[in-house]
Amino acid sequence: MDLNYTPEEQAFRAEVRAFVTGHLPADIGAKVKSGKRLHKDDFVRWQKVLHAKGWGATMWPVKFGGTGWSAVQQHIFEEECADAGAPLQLPFGLKMVAPVIQAFGNKGQQDHFLPRIVDGSDWWCQGYSEPGSGSDLASLKTKAENKGDHYVVNGQKTWNTLGQYADWIFCLVRTSSEGRPQEGISFLLIDMDTPGITVRPIIMNDGEHEINEVWFEDVKVPVQNLVGEENKGWTYAKFLLGHERTGIAGVGRSKAQLKHLKDIARKETSAGRPMIEDARFRDRIAQVELELMALEITNMRVLSAEKEKKAPGPEASILKIKGSEIQQSIAELQMHALGHYALPWLQEALDPAWQGVPVGADYAAPLSGHYFNYRKTTIYGGSNEIQKNIIAQMILGL
Amino acid sequence: MDFNYTDEQNALRDTLARYIAKDYGFEQRRALAKSDDGFSREHWEQFAELGLLALPFPEEFGGLNGNAVDTLLVMESFGRGLVLEPYLSSVIVAGGLIRDAGSTAQKEAILPAVAGGERLLALAHYERGGRYEVSRVDTAAKADGGGWKISGAKGVVLGGGAADTLLVSANTGKGISLFLVDAKAQGLTVRSYVTQDGGRAAEVHLDNVSVGKDAPVGPEGGALPLVERALDYGIAALCAETVGIMAALDEATLEYLKTRKQFGQPIGRFQALQHRMVDMVIATEQARSMAMMAAVKADATDAAERRRALSAAKAYIGQQARFVGQQAVQLHGGMGVVDELNVSHYFKRLTMIELTFGNTDHHLGLFSDTLLAA
Repeated sequence: MDLNYTPEEQAFRAEVRAFVTGHLPADIGAKVKSGKRLHKDDFVRWQKVLHAKGWGATMWPVKFGGTGWSAVQQHIFEEECADAGAPLQLPFGLKMVAPVIQAFGNKGQQDHFLPRIVDGSDWWCQGYSEPGSGSDLASLKTKAENKGDHYVVNGQKTWNTLGQYADWIFCLVRTSSEGRPQEGISFLLIDMDTPGITVRPIIMNDGEHEINEVWFEDVKVPVQNLVGEENKGWTYAKFLLGHERTGIAGVGRSKAQLKHLKDIARKETSAGRPMIEDARFRDRIAQVELELMALEITNMRVLSAEKEKKAPGPEASILKIKGSEIQQSIAELQMHALGHYALPWLQEALDPAWQGVPVGADYAAPLSGHYFNYRKTTIYGGSNEIQKNIIAQMILGL
Repeated sequence: MDFNYTDEQNALRDTLARYIAKDYGFEQRRALAKSDDGFSREHWEQFAELGLLALPFPEEFGGLNGNAVDTLLVMESFGRGLVLEPYLSSVIVAGGLIRDAGSTAQKEAILPAVAGGERLLALAHYERGGRYEVSRVDTAAKADGGGWKISGAKGVVLGGGAADTLLVSANTGKGISLFLVDAKAQGLTVRSYVTQDGGRAAEVHLDNVSVGKDAPVGPEGGALPLVERALDYGIAALCAETVGIMAALDEATLEYLKTRKQFGQPIGRFQALQHRMVDMVIATEQARSMAMMAAVKADATDAAERRRALSAAKAYIGQQARFVGQQAVQLHGGMGVVDELNVSHYFKRLTMIELTFGNTDHHLGLFSDTLLAA
C-alpha cells in the first residue's frame, strides 16, 4: 500500500495538465471559473476536443473506444479538468447509458450509439423518475405496448436534466403488469425527434432552466431500440444507478470549489481582516476539507476495488452520500463568505455576454444560486436516504 | 498509488488476527487490566517472538526494517484486541526516538534490547501546565561536571511505571534536549496509576537527578523536532488503533441489531437504527482512509506536510471515533453501559485515544491554521 503518486502517475498528471490547459477553449474556461451559464455548445465543443485526443471516454474499456485508464488515472484526469475550469463531461451518455449498452446492448446498438456518444454527436438525457415514482422508482407507470415491430409509449417522465438539448432519451417503461413491479420494466432508447414527445421546462430554485418534464403520447419506438430483454430492465436500471453513483462523488470538482472558497475567504473582509483569519469561519472550511481529504482516499479505494470486480458495488453509495454532502457544505460556505452580499439576485450576471456592473464582488453573483441549486445533490441519483437503505440491505444485511 | 497489502503484510495481519482471537480474549484482558503491571510479560515475550517489537527498527540494530503500513496493521489488530501492552509508548514513540535521534552507541545498547522484549522505554515529555503544547518544557537540565542534573515534573507519562529507561525532555538554556534516565536513578519518583481505559500512566518527578555525559539523545537544544516526529508516529499508530476499534464496534453493533428482538422483531428492522448503523460504517471507512494517509505521511520528510496530514487525521478520526463509540453504546441500549460487555471497554479506549497526543480541537486548530499559509 502506498498513497503517494508513482513517478509514472506524476508524469501522467503533467501530461493531462499540459493538454487540458493547452486545449480547453479560453472562453469556456472563463465561464466555468466565473460561474457563468453554460450552453449546449460549450459542453459539446469540449467533448469533441477530448475525443480528438482519444480521451473522450476515460471510464470506458479500450474495446469500446475508451482509454482503459486505472481508477487513479481517472481521478487525476478529473482533478486536472476541474482545476483548469473544464466543463463537466455530462454523465447521461458517457457514464449512464453507455455502460448499460456495453454490458447488455447488442452489437448493432454498441456500434451505432457508442461512437456517437464519445464523439459528442448525440446528447442523451435520462427518463427514469415520474411524478408518482421518485424514490419508489419501480412503481413507474409510463407504458410501452409491444406492437410487433414497434412499441407505443405513453406516459410522463420528470426531473429530466438538460433534456431540452437532447437527441436521445433512455427510458424505463412498463411492458408488463404481471408479478412484482420490478419484473415488468424494460429499458428503451428513444429518439427525441419522434412525434408525440413534448418537453416542458421546470424552473429550478436558482431561476435556471436545467430540468424538464417529458411527455409521451402514442410515441412509436422501433423494437430494435429495446436494450437486452423485455421485462429485464430493472436489472439494467440498477446497474446504471451504480455507475451514476460512482461518478457522483465529484472529488476533483469539490477540490476546485474548495480552492475557490479559500480564495473568496481571503478576499472578503470582516472588520478589515480577511475572513480566512476569522478562526470560527476558518475552522468550518477546515472541517469540510477534512471530509474531502478522507473522501478522496475512500473514493480511490472503492474505485480501485471496483476495477477488479468490473462493476460498481453498493460501496458506491458511500461515495454518493459523502460526495453530495461535501458539495453542499462548500456551496454553503461560499455563500456565507459573502455575508449580506449573498442577497442580491442578478440573474442576468450569469449570462456570459452581460456587460453590466456587478453588485459587490465580481465572483458573488452565482454563489447563492449555486447553494440553492445544490440542495439537489442529496436528492438526485437516489436520495441519500435511499443510499442508506441500499447500504443497510446490500452491505450490512439488515 | 497502490491500495493493496503485500503478501507478507497479509500474512502478518492473519497472524495477528489469530493471536488476538486465541490468546487475547476479553475476559483475560479484563483480568490483565486489573493486575499490578496492567499487562502481561508473557504476551510481551510472544510479541518479541513474533517480531512485532523489532518491526520499526533497522536490521543492523536487531530490527526488521518494517514500514509505517506494517505498524498500521499491528495497531489495527491491537485496537480490536484492546491490547494493554506498552507497544505504543515503548516501541513506537520512545523506540522510534532512539532510532531517529540516538547515537550509534545508544542504538546498539538500546534497540536490540527493546526488540528482544528485555527493555521497556517511555517518553516523559508533556507537562501539566503545557497541556498539548509540545514546545512547552519547564523541566530544567543543568550541566554538572561531565554530566547533567535534571529537575522538574512530567505528566501522564504513558507506560512510565513499567519503563526501565525514561526519555526525559528538559530545557538546558539552549532549548529542549532529551536525556536517558534510568528508572532507578536517585531523585526520580514515578507514581504509576490506572487510566480510564485500563492502561497505565505515571506522574514523574525529577529532583536533581544526575545523568552521565552519555545520557543526552540528539543535539543539545535540538529535541523539539525529534519529539514532534516521534509523537507523530504515535499519532499515526493511534489512528490505526482507533480504526481497529471502530471496526470491532461496528461488527458488534451490527450483530446486536440482528439478534436483539423488541416489538417482536430484530431491532435492525427499524429504519432509524439501520441508518444510524450505516452512518457508523461510513464514519469507519472514512476514518480508515485517513489512518492510511497518516501512516504514509508519518514518514514524510517535509515537516509542514507531515504536520498538516497528521493533525488532519487525528482531528478527523477523533470526530468519527467519538460518533461510532457513542452510537455503538446507544444502539446496545443498557448493555452498552455495563462493564461486563466489551462495548463499554472499546468506547472508553476510543475516548482516551481522542484525548491523547492532542485532542480533536487541538489538532483541528493546527490543521485550520495551515489554511492561513498558501
